[in-house]
Amino acid sequence: MTDGASIVLKARDIARAFPGVQALAGVELTLRAGEVHALMGQNGAGKSTLIKVLTGVYAPDAGSIELLGKPVTPESPIHAQELGISAVHQESHLLPNLSVAENICAGRYPRRPWKRGGGIDWPETERRARELLAGLGIELDVAQLAGGLPAALQQLATVARAVATDARVLILDEPTSSLDAEEVKALFALIRRLRDKGVAILFVTHFLDQVYEICDRMTVLRNGKFVGEYVCGKLDARGLVAAMVGREVAVAERSATPASAAAGEHAPVLAANNLSRRGQLKPVDIELRHGEVLGLAGLLGSGRTELARLLFALDKRDSGDIRIDGQAAKLDDPADALKLGLGFCPEDRKHSGIVAELSVRENIALALQARMGLGKFLTLTEQRQIAEKLVAALGVKTASIETPIGQLSGGNQQKVIIARWLATHPRLLILDEPTRGIDVAAKQELMQEILGLARGGTAVLFISAEIEEVVRVSDRIMVLRDRAKAGELPPGADEDAVYSMIAQADPGHHLAPPAGS
Amino acid sequence: MKRIVHHALFWPAVTLALLLVASSLSNASFLSLSWRDGHLFGSVIDILNRAAPLMVVSLGMTLVIAVRGLDISVGAVVAISAAVAALMIGGSFSATGEVHSDYPLWLALSAALAVAAACGLWNGLLVVKAGMQPIVATLILMVAGRGIAQLLTGGQIITVYYPPFFQLGNGFLLGLPVALWIAGGLWLALHLLLSRTALGLFVRSIGGNPEAARVAGVRSSAITLCVYTFCGFAAGVAGLIVSSNVKSADANNAGQLLELDAILAVTLGGTALTGGRFQLAGTVIGALIIQTLTSMIYSLGVPPEVNLVVKAALVFAVMLLQSAEFRGVVARVARGGSAA
Repeated sequence: MTDGASIVLKARDIARAFPGVQALAGVELTLRAGEVHALMGQNGAGKSTLIKVLTGVYAPDAGSIELLGKPVTPESPIHAQELGISAVHQESHLLPNLSVAENICAGRYPRRPWKRGGGIDWPETERRARELLAGLGIELDVAQLAGGLPAALQQLATVARAVATDARVLILDEPTSSLDAEEVKALFALIRRLRDKGVAILFVTHFLDQVYEICDRMTVLRNGKFVGEYVCGKLDARGLVAAMVGREVAVAERSATPASAAAGEHAPVLAANNLSRRGQLKPVDIELRHGEVLGLAGLLGSGRTELARLLFALDKRDSGDIRIDGQAAKLDDPADALKLGLGFCPEDRKHSGIVAELSVRENIALALQARMGLGKFLTLTEQRQIAEKLVAALGVKTASIETPIGQLSGGNQQKVIIARWLATHPRLLILDEPTRGIDVAAKQELMQEILGLARGGTAVLFISAEIEEVVRVSDRIMVLRDRAKAGELPPGADEDAVYSMIAQADPGHHLAPPAGS
Repeated sequence: MKRIVHHALFWPAVTLALLLVASSLSNASFLSLSWRDGHLFGSVIDILNRAAPLMVVSLGMTLVIAVRGLDISVGAVVAISAAVAALMIGGSFSATGEVHSDYPLWLALSAALAVAAACGLWNGLLVVKAGMQPIVATLILMVAGRGIAQLLTGGQIITVYYPPFFQLGNGFLLGLPVALWIAGGLWLALHLLLSRTALGLFVRSIGGNPEAARVAGVRSSAITLCVYTFCGFAAGVAGLIVSSNVKSADANNAGQLLELDAILAVTLGGTALTGGRFQLAGTVIGALIIQTLTSMIYSLGVPPEVNLVVKAALVFAVMLLQSAEFRGVVARVARGGSAA
């Protein structure tokens, strides 16, 4: 797009503080009609706060917002929507028990005239929804229940709902984080159609390649401050990351000779035979050695998380013996796993990771204290020492170790949960999607940390949907497909090898598909 | 100043202070203390003594609520404990005019407390092992428990004739009621247990996010089970104090509606009903607020038929005072008024 494109929204000098944190200061943002604009920054840079200011969730402490040249002050998300600013958040928020049409028109159902009995005009509701979807080129049965749709179609319907109110500005907050490549393509097609209709789109994501694929310009924030606005073609990925981080980032690489080379004579840290659970995982053998990073790759629903949960005894296994350091182990609940020196960072941080109202210190101390039991108490001083040390080592950004963890940004929460397990000095650490929803720099730091752990002799089971990450940090890679083991790849395997094993394109595996699928 | 206002116990303490001031305005001798018969005497001492059973029950309830539970059977457990104690102590006059208990006092008290703790354990098992909703699980014992108490007493009020037992609810130690020492001791023990061991951290993590606590290796089931058992035990202690105070066990009326007062005391004290954060000292203040209210209504000479309505109105006012939202509205209206 050209510089001449008309400006739809201009935010000037936005500031917003929270107790102990200046979340935004002097932030500028200009959105133009018919352009896709990326909002970039690390976790905690202020992206979410800026979006919340634009959509009326927070009132700014200072600054002004102009929409089509007129000053506006959005007071609530609904008010913002009436002004023409709509937002779609990370996980789509359709009501699963309503039809697509009902979802799209929710809150503004067409009424039948009183003469004909009043009430909601359902045929008209469906007609409007059909018309809207057709206009956007989305093929969808509007009478279908939203809950029954795949995540990607739900996402498209959510975008449709957001623009149904004649939005001039559409904010997409990490819309692609739970979509696969095909689904992203469909979403991008929709974004392009909306762009061509003259909607100004603000796109927030952690995926750099997506930014370059679809965006025209970008605004970079760092530590709540405005770094600059760039035209995408004029700032390469390296420059972008440097702008976000404020320095050059080293890229984590696994060492050529894994630390496990010397561990050959020891029994494996963990060896499981025939591990299975009905409906979740077909019998799988897995082995982890000292100082080894075992990558676990596979598509969503291939059984990655299920395998991890069985190893940590979060779910009961139907079959399988687990040996720890060569000894048969009693491993029936997470407390046993903890005693045996296992650690587990769950995929769903909010639901099963953090205890939001407890402080960073208490969240870090929790697992270590649980292993020590009620008899021995970590004194406040000991807790502080451990927490201070790990917060510094992992570079957690927090006002203090007494801050409730719920107030930290996602990436920092993730680091605290990892710190929780590091405090227990685990011999095996299971990391289920540890890099999900965290920014590039934090990802690099995390992977450095994982490699450092392995060098120190800890076995790591690394699970990620991002194959590139798995390849980069793993010594060995195990691939799951259809809830069974598809195969294993030796050190040095590249992304293509993983993809072809996942896709069953590797002829060697093609001949022997998993039984009973 | 700001730190004091934002302390969790600030508003409960203010509420209690206001009620005490109101009481002393309506009754000039309310705050006066005197020394009679070797102990302190006055309305305040009376309130402390009467509030003791509620304090004890509410302390147990605080922990149950802190782990996202609820125990509405405590009133019935009070009745069971009272019945067991009264039946086992009983008392008969010997030829010399001395009174003997049917079983040794220590055995009777221990048995009553053991039965109460077993009731708590039952509740805990239903919640933890059978996965029932706490309110439904404890509803069972709330209904059945009173039946069990009536069965034990044969539907009669069991009178106790053994004077040493009366000390629990009527006696004094170092000038203060024995019941108050029991409640205070229990509070201190709990306070130390929760702040000097890891139990406090575990309870708050289970209440804050049960799934995260489980993933972190906290033995949530065992701790929750212990908490329910303790709640039953505390109700048992209250049952002993109540039956000692009236020198009898009344299966129909002992501890009736106590569960609601206990939940109210916990709430007034600043513990969130959603679990996680809890305030033991707040609960003690909450129990005192409720007893002060009750005493105030009696001393004002409110006719019995409107008693409950007056109490409800006062509780409503107290809850408004403690609601941050309501105070915010008041502050806004006040500011708006002064600006205009």
